[in-house]
Amino acid sequence: MYVAVKGGEAAILATHDLLAERRRGDPAIPELSVAQIREQMGLAVARVMNEGSLFDPDLASLALKQAQGDAIEAAFLLRAFRTTLPRFGASVPLDTAAMHIERRISATYKDLPGGQILGPTYDYTHRLFDFALMANGSRPKPAAEAATRLDTHMPRVPDILGTEGLMEPEVPPPGDPKPADLTREPVAFPVDRDLRLQSMARGDEGFLLGLGYSVQRGFGGNHPFAGEIRMGAVAVEFVPEELGFAVDLGDITLTECQMINQFGGSKDIDPQFTRGYGLAFGHAERKAMSMALVDRALKARELGEAATYPAQQEEFVLYHSDNVEAAGFVEHLKLPHYVDFQGELELIRKIKAERVATAAAAAGTHKEAVE
Amino acid sequence: MSFAGSTSSEVDYNYAYLDEQTKRMIRRALLKAIAIPGYQVPFGSREMPLARGWGTGGIQITAAIIGPTDTLKVIDQGADDTTNAVSIRRFFERTAQVATTEVTSDATIIQTRHRIPEEPLTARHILVYQVPQPEPLRKLEPSERETRNMHAWAEYGLMHVRLYESIARFGQVTTTYDYPVHVNGRHVMAPSPIPKFDNPKMHNADALQLFGAGREKRIYAIPPHTTVKSLDFDDHPFTVQTWDKPCGLCGATDSYLDEVIIDDAGGNLFVCSDSHHCETRRASGHRGTMLGEAVGAKLAGDTAQGGRST
Amino acid sequence: MVRPDSSNTITPGFKDPVLQSQAAFRIVMAALAEPGVWHAMPGDVVPPPGLSRPAALALLTLADFETPVWLPPAVRTGPAGAWLRFHCNCPLAEQPSAAAFAVIDGSDPAMPPLSAFPIGEDSFPDRAATVLVTCKARDGGAKAILSGPGIKTVRTVAPAGLPPDFWRGAATNALAYPLGLDLFLVDATHIMGLPRSTRIEGAF
Repeated sequence: MYVAVKGGEAAILATHDLLAERRRGDPAIPELSVAQIREQMGLAVARVMNEGSLFDPDLASLALKQAQGDAIEAAFLLRAFRTTLPRFGASVPLDTAAMHIERRISATYKDLPGGQILGPTYDYTHRLFDFALMANGSRPKPAAEAATRLDTHMPRVPDILGTEGLMEPEVPPPGDPKPADLTREPVAFPVDRDLRLQSMARGDEGFLLGLGYSVQRGFGGNHPFAGEIRMGAVAVEFVPEELGFAVDLGDITLTECQMINQFGGSKDIDPQFTRGYGLAFGHAERKAMSMALVDRALKARELGEAATYPAQQEEFVLYHSDNVEAAGFVEHLKLPHYVDFQGELELIRKIKAERVATAAAAAGTHKEAVE
Repeated sequence: MSFAGSTSSEVDYNYAYLDEQTKRMIRRALLKAIAIPGYQVPFGSREMPLARGWGTGGIQITAAIIGPTDTLKVIDQGADDTTNAVSIRRFFERTAQVATTEVTSDATIIQTRHRIPEEPLTARHILVYQVPQPEPLRKLEPSERETRNMHAWAEYGLMHVRLYESIARFGQVTTTYDYPVHVNGRHVMAPSPIPKFDNPKMHNADALQLFGAGREKRIYAIPPHTTVKSLDFDDHPFTVQTWDKPCGLCGATDSYLDEVIIDDAGGNLFVCSDSHHCETRRASGHRGTMLGEAVGAKLAGDTAQGGRST
Repeated sequence: MVRPDSSNTITPGFKDPVLQSQAAFRIVMAALAEPGVWHAMPGDVVPPPGLSRPAALALLTLADFETPVWLPPAVRTGPAGAWLRFHCNCPLAEQPSAAAFAVIDGSDPAMPPLSAFPIGEDSFPDRAATVLVTCKARDGGAKAILSGPGIKTVRTVAPAGLPPDFWRGAATNALAYPLGLDLFLVDATHIMGLPRSTRIEGAF
């Protein structure tokens, strides 16, 4: 039978060949290596690891190479691989207070124990092209060593406020249950913060950025301060059941953001600062900050605030922040729908014909009445 | 952190792609779905190597039930050779080493998007539907918490109101596909975007019908011999689509027809959407009026090219 | 949760877990989709004492670390408990109310009533237990007339050696629809589905 979109395995296989050709580009230009992507496209790699929910810089780099740099396609590749991996268990909770700091800034205190560590950032660059990069072979001059060693003690800013009782305490839910995992179990609403944070951690950076921005502009009504942003390596530890003690699995680089928000208090809760939390793989400040803004907005229900805006509505945020799901469903519109379209065509024609007939009958009646 | 094998180009996937723990989880959900016909069971839908919205729910169900003695048929819009049907069929050929077919009666599992085959299904068949939006009430109520309550209390008045509003405005129910059904006298269910033409085939069918919504993470089912009633009103009974002309290729008057535009002056031709049904009829001598024409021959010829037997 | 006695040797489960569990699942699924029809469950798995072969195959196929299994206390602490812990890694529930799967034995007078197992919640009727009921024979007992989804008209069954008051309990269970337990009857070789959607009539 005829099909509007001609299938056939040969045609599909040909698209694979065309895609491989397009991905490689001009073969006269040297091919990118996965190591080059990992070392020189680190921020793109971090985004793919975040949205792909897997810390593996090598595979994330391969995904970027295979996807021609398309971050969502690369995250999709990583996720489809991740889903098949066996689960051995969960790590010991990571201790970001013990992070090997590469960057740590606070917008709430001019100085604080451990100090402000600016680290590698675009924040203070002028966005002017460095045309020297057009020519390969340039080697940046090594960054100068700091005059003094970094403080080993870098307390997290919300913890400092917490000791004064000014910050909403972070306490695990009763019984300290194992956090849920939306990649293994279906989500039922309302959801707790563990699922909201997991969903945002793998959510689309652009979508969360837009939502976070909407909160700042008044579609949410919080007044955030960047309490602290820190980035650096954190040890991952695991306790094998048969050993009974923690084993160091290695370090991963993380970016953590804690936003501090005003809260006027309610009938049950004293006025205090409340917290929005963001955590991301690699160096991903924009992602961590956006996540922290939306995390705070999503606390509306617990804090007794009216949840009037999109960023405060958990079903809206959780269902729509997953860019791999969203991209799949938007792009499925490319699939043939002509069976359904035929149904609509038939209906519209029928209604139109009925209306023409009714109008003609009415005109006839009118004519009779005049006569 | 990286792991062994990450640099290898070949990864050894399990039979039918899914790991065994995932299959058990899906199998448990399937049993609950069969026990409560039309009720949407939440399940831990996995990330799949095909995109969401492209059949990941149906693929997960098929992967959880399929075995080496099965014969699989995959259709999209009723046809076996649409791109996505070909892609899904290839997926199972590769991962489950399963025999595939285009012949409806030879299949044990039929995975479908948007159609039920014209040939009546039998007790040997399991029909697996790909479902984009499993919640029939979603267009009326965006919140999952609310719609779940509506199902819990069988509060379906809103759905009837919406259908009746369209009768008031247009003189008829204007839903032409994904037309809601009442299953086993209890749950209102989305039949997936099949044309309402196919709805009667679900009622008291001989085959087991399974529905998978991967993105929305729901599985539901209709066991054989289960009542499936399309929602309607005494004064506006449910009707299905009809066509003035038979299929241009095989002359069928009782199948769902797709319209093919043959020129830019509004010329059109109606042909069966079920490609296997149309081929079978032509092979047994049925001829439509357009088969002799160049356009008809081209359409029928194209089919032979895309067709394949196993 | 209890730690059963595992001092005895644990007998093998599936030789080929992937394909054998697939085959077993298709039988279990067909049984639930056609209530009242006995389906043979063949296979080379030798069940541990206290479990019939169909019950053992069904649990090997469906149970894992996510599904607490309730067994009669004597079975739980015997070889069958250790066998299931080893092959399925499933927790063994002490309370019927915590069970995702359960096995009850018609020949044991001390079985909990069906109403002791979870029947789901209004919003999530799927969160209900699946109970495997061991009986002596597929025929020779009180007649029950079944109707509902999966049954074209009616089906009459008469398994022997069910727990006392079983049919009354099962008929009451069906009245709670869409809540309710999903039952399977098993004898030494066959399995029959009895989901909550099946309406039950008879003189009991």
